[in-house]
Amino acid sequence: MLAAFAVLLLFQCLGEGIVFVFHLPLPGPVAGMLLLMVALIALPKLQALVEQAANTLLSHLSLLFVPAGVGIVVAASSGSGHWVAILASLVVSTVLALAVTGLILRRMGNPAKDGDA
Amino acid sequence: MPDFAEFSHFWVYLSASPLLGLTMTLCAYLAAQRIFVLCKASPLANPVAITVALIVGVLWLTGMSYERYFAGAQFVHFLLGPATVALAVPLVRQLPRLRRAALPLGAALLAGSVTAIVSAVVVALLLGATPELAYTLGPKSATSPIAMAVSERLGGIPALTAALVIGTGIFGAVFGRYVFMLLRIRSDAACGFALGLASHGIGTARAFQVSPEMGAFAGLAMGLNGALTALLAPWLVPLVMGWMQ
Repeated sequence: MLAAFAVLLLFQCLGEGIVFVFHLPLPGPVAGMLLLMVALIALPKLQALVEQAANTLLSHLSLLFVPAGVGIVVAASSGSGHWVAILASLVVSTVLALAVTGLILRRMGNPAKDGDA
Repeated sequence: MPDFAEFSHFWVYLSASPLLGLTMTLCAYLAAQRIFVLCKASPLANPVAITVALIVGVLWLTGMSYERYFAGAQFVHFLLGPATVALAVPLVRQLPRLRRAALPLGAALLAGSVTAIVSAVVVALLLGATPELAYTLGPKSATSPIAMAVSERLGGIPALTAALVIGTGIFGAVFGRYVFMLLRIRSDAACGFALGLASHGIGTARAFQVSPEMGAFAGLAMGLNGALTALLAPWLVPLVMGWMQ
């Protein structure tokens, strides 16, 4: 567990480093995710080491957004007018993006079971 | 007879230490999880939204500042980084399918990303939003660090973008299911990819509640759309605003 966590942090550091050096338009952790993918493909043994810690973290992904979410509610209450335009834009654009993306992939097979999002 | 002066000393001590913010976050999340289970895992009972509402309520009642709360909550916030890195694990497991479906996934990514950016700007401008607000809304489907950087570069309001990113995430996580039901989109891969693209990490968290496969595709879409939004939005948003005038 501890070793797995060290591996995740190590790849986050590598990601941050690469983003900084090459001025990439990515957050460090996303670059770290791509690097870890490459490492897992090259070294399949690594999978067993990080698997459990990764699954534990990801099963509580919702929790990790809470501190940022609270900050945003506090900031949003300072308001800026135009709330109708902002909310309509957010709702319409999110629904359209979900629909367009999902429709293009609708024919993609499902080996396990049907989805229930 | 309880000594209220004593208690208020204790409260002052406790609320100044990171302990309280952290404890509050974990307890509120456990309560939200209970509610989520009681609601039979309905996406309407979104755990992020419920936990945030509980904590905002407590902060409001106790007059505790966000800064004090965050002093404790930052330990949870910090784990977002390693969790993002950890998305590589379910992704690698889906690798053979990713290879086979590279073309449709690429097409869906491009179409979805352009739709998210263009429709946000067009709707906002049609309803009388200022150019500044349109810049703020353009990158809202990307993960927050990218969205804030893009918003800043365009001339938007990064702090408001951060708020709208979380709003977009929660909205997509809650209502995505109904969009998919209406359009008869049933595959875990398609639903996951759409959720991650439109609603970044919060959509991905929702996808993991359904299946690891849906979560893997959501995580992939979140990462790819973050990168694509960073590349597209800086010229696409001004272009759309030019057309609208």
